[in-house]
Amino acid sequence: MIRYLLSRLLTFLPTFLGVTLISFAFIRVLPGDPIIVMAGERGLTEERYAELYRQFGFDQPLPVQFWNYLTGVLQGDLGTSYVTKRPVWDEFFALFPATLELSLCAIVFAIAIGLPAGVIAAVNRGKLFDRALMSTALVGYSMPIFWWALLLIIVFSGNLGWTPVSGRMDLIYYFPQVTGFMLIDSLLSGQNGAFASAVRHLILPTIVLGTIPLAVIARQTRSAMLEVLSEDYIRTARAKGLSPLRVNGLHALRNAMIPVITVIGLSVGTLLAGAILTETIFSWPGIGKWMVDSIFRRDYPVVQGGLLLIASMVMVVNLTVDILYGLINPKIRARK
Amino acid sequence: MTAEPDAQGAAPDRQGRLAEFWYYFRENRGAVIGLYVFAVFVFVALFAPLLAPYDPTEQFRQSTLLPPAWAEGGSWAFPLGTDPLGRDMLSRLIHGARFSFFVGIVVVVVAASGGILLGLIAGFAPKWLDTLIMRLMDVILAFPSLLLALVLVAILGPSLTNAMIAIALVLQPHYVRLTRASVLSERTRDYVVAARVAGAKLPRLMFVTVLPNCLAPIIVQAALSFSTAILDAAALGFLGMGAQPPTPEWGTMLAEAREFILRAWWVVTFPGVAILVTVLAINLMGDGLRDALDPKLKRS
Amino acid sequence: MALLSIRNLTVEFATASGSFRAVDGVDVAVEAGDILAIVGESGSGKSVSMLALMGLLPWTATVTADEMSFDGQDLRKLAPRTRRRIIGKDIAMIFQEPMSSLNPCFTVGFQIKEGLKKHMGLDARAREARALDLMEMVGIPDPARRLNAYPHQLSGGMSQRVMIAMAIACRPRLLIADEPTTALDVTIQAQIIDLLTELQAETGMALILITHDMGVVAETARRVSVQYAGQKVEEQPVGPLFATPHHPYTSALLAALPERATTRLLPTIPGVVPGQFDRPGGCLFAPRCAFADDLCRTTPPPVQAPDLGLARCHHPLEGRA
Repeated sequence: MIRYLLSRLLTFLPTFLGVTLISFAFIRVLPGDPIIVMAGERGLTEERYAELYRQFGFDQPLPVQFWNYLTGVLQGDLGTSYVTKRPVWDEFFALFPATLELSLCAIVFAIAIGLPAGVIAAVNRGKLFDRALMSTALVGYSMPIFWWALLLIIVFSGNLGWTPVSGRMDLIYYFPQVTGFMLIDSLLSGQNGAFASAVRHLILPTIVLGTIPLAVIARQTRSAMLEVLSEDYIRTARAKGLSPLRVNGLHALRNAMIPVITVIGLSVGTLLAGAILTETIFSWPGIGKWMVDSIFRRDYPVVQGGLLLIASMVMVVNLTVDILYGLINPKIRARK
Repeated sequence: MTAEPDAQGAAPDRQGRLAEFWYYFRENRGAVIGLYVFAVFVFVALFAPLLAPYDPTEQFRQSTLLPPAWAEGGSWAFPLGTDPLGRDMLSRLIHGARFSFFVGIVVVVVAASGGILLGLIAGFAPKWLDTLIMRLMDVILAFPSLLLALVLVAILGPSLTNAMIAIALVLQPHYVRLTRASVLSERTRDYVVAARVAGAKLPRLMFVTVLPNCLAPIIVQAALSFSTAILDAAALGFLGMGAQPPTPEWGTMLAEAREFILRAWWVVTFPGVAILVTVLAINLMGDGLRDALDPKLKRS
Repeated sequence: MALLSIRNLTVEFATASGSFRAVDGVDVAVEAGDILAIVGESGSGKSVSMLALMGLLPWTATVTADEMSFDGQDLRKLAPRTRRRIIGKDIAMIFQEPMSSLNPCFTVGFQIKEGLKKHMGLDARAREARALDLMEMVGIPDPARRLNAYPHQLSGGMSQRVMIAMAIACRPRLLIADEPTTALDVTIQAQIIDLLTELQAETGMALILITHDMGVVAETARRVSVQYAGQKVEEQPVGPLFATPHHPYTSALLAALPERATTRLLPTIPGVVPGQFDRPGGCLFAPRCAFADDLCRTTPPPVQAPDLGLARCHHPLEGRA
């Protein structure tokens, strides 16, 4: 197990270095002078330009620049936003809970529906439920979620007036952010209706963001279950006279979970990509919207830092999934 | 022994395989429906100027935001209504098919040829080069694809061409991984060893001997990335980083229509339906392809 | 009254190319404490009939029988839930591939204790003790440690011992062993067969041994039922069967045993068991039978009297020449 962990970590480091290099290269190497861009339409005097040029260290050779960037990153210095003048690191962690809350809700929604649906479809292979579910899953999988979001807004916010169109909380409520999770903070605040408001704001974004993972999980669960159900050990379990619930839900699902966990882990990337669209549409103040806004404002340190942090997060999650995979799969766990 | 007799023997066999493939593909009703829808899509894309009643950018100022013909206030002059600038929705949707088709084709060709080449190299190369290529792919895969494409487009400048380049770059690692994995499993097979013993040079070994036997999963991936490319291009267009107005690209159309969603449902609904139906058809086809090509899932 | 009594069992599978009859009018009767061997080539339907009894066939299978009773209970009429109280407790089964028949995600101990919990209602401590007993009974060294092992850490022979421990956990009255040694090394095969016969003698359970190994049959079984292409073609006590086989197929099977070879080359039975599409019209064995005539090729044979081994044959052999 230790060796397994070490080998995973060993592939992690060069990838991390590569991600840092790419985030660095995007801004420094590709065409476009960041200083001119930063200055925008106002223009710059020659002296001011030269001063900024030195200030950002652009006068140094590229490897030196990268080395400075890398050491900065490792000390938690990702630069300062051109627009807000606040450290990128601080901005990221101020907005991150919003994205985390939304993503967690979405993935819980996707697992809570997708997993049982996939199991039931596999057990009832070829029957009406299976076919209906798999068709629905394929539609979900093919869904342009930005359009899906607009449709839901038309129906639930426009026609029915049930859900708000944007934000995380009605403006009439105000309370300090303790955890950054609205669901928790609103409860802690003790204000009447605050929690309900948080839930109402979460519903549509959760559905939108959870749709594709839900479809993927349902499909993956079904195919993994189908494979497992034809295994000899399932016959053994049934030969013991165990109930179908125990055979399917414990003996089969436990084995089918191994590929499904991988898929759930890999959907973190999908989720963050989806968060960009979802947060933009619902004006959800998270890192997805922050990235899009920064890209439009040409706030390069933010784009650069955000890119690096998001990629690092995906890598950490993938690493965690690998480790989890080892824990759930006794064959890897036992390898010494 | 050379590969020539082998090539002669393969001709009827290949035809047989095609027939077998068609037999399995046809069994999957969804896949066949997908194929028909896709055929219609391709037809519309190819003959858009002939099919569309109007020019997609022509503005009819006196009839803006006209609802579809069957709705109250609609007119058969504009069967699917008009957008806020008075442009015919139907014509714009028909022309939009062109862009989506174009995006799909270009992205798949660029991503697949680059990815297959890198994958073949990684599969045949010495360990250090293999590791280098694969780590590089890991790095690209660590970024959420849409985000990476978004940043790339932001740097290169927002346009459909740059969007296609960005999407192709982002999708390409999947081909590298797939190709390399199949190459590694094929490389030790007897027929490859035989070709090597017979003195086949490396390029021949790579492209003639091994590659044709790795194609099945790559073809499936091509279908899937065709639909991903359409979705991502539309998403970039929606975010304002893809095709620029007044291009009738479906995602861009949605972005333009956003502020009217509660007033004019049709300007939002139809482009989305067009994206969904196209992507769904391709995915249905992709599923059918996978079932028909993947011997593991084939019913015995 | 017989412990297990099955009459006219038929199993059909729905396949893409029409229905396929895997078991065709088979009778099985087993008394308490009996050892019955069911022999036949691959594809003769011997496993399928037992899987049908256990209710383990996939949903594509249709099972019909005039009688299927265990200890006086009609299994056909039982609700699935009631039937599962018998399956795994009174009737247990072990399979051909021990390595893949154990769930890779759970420890051996978990899988043994699971049945104990379901059928015996033992508490955790009693289950642990019983599991240790069972591991010792089936001859697994260091049982306490092995209980916490995962299946992939065991060898094939060990896995089959675990399977046997699992099967006898609830003191079944009938154990069905479906080719329990086919997947194992030759040296281990004998050990497993010895273990099964010892356990049978100790516990007095009935044993149905499905095999194609006539040597194993001779050593262990009391009665033998020979199946061919889904039909039972002969049934006799083991001694008379080996001495005077009545069906030409049985005779040919015995002649193929190395011990009985009279010539330098081992005699074989030409051809293969008919499949879904080449089922002959008359006697199913006719295409491969040395004695077949036109009657055999056109008319399905009758079942002969018990003194002729219930042979399903027009021209049963009377005795060895």
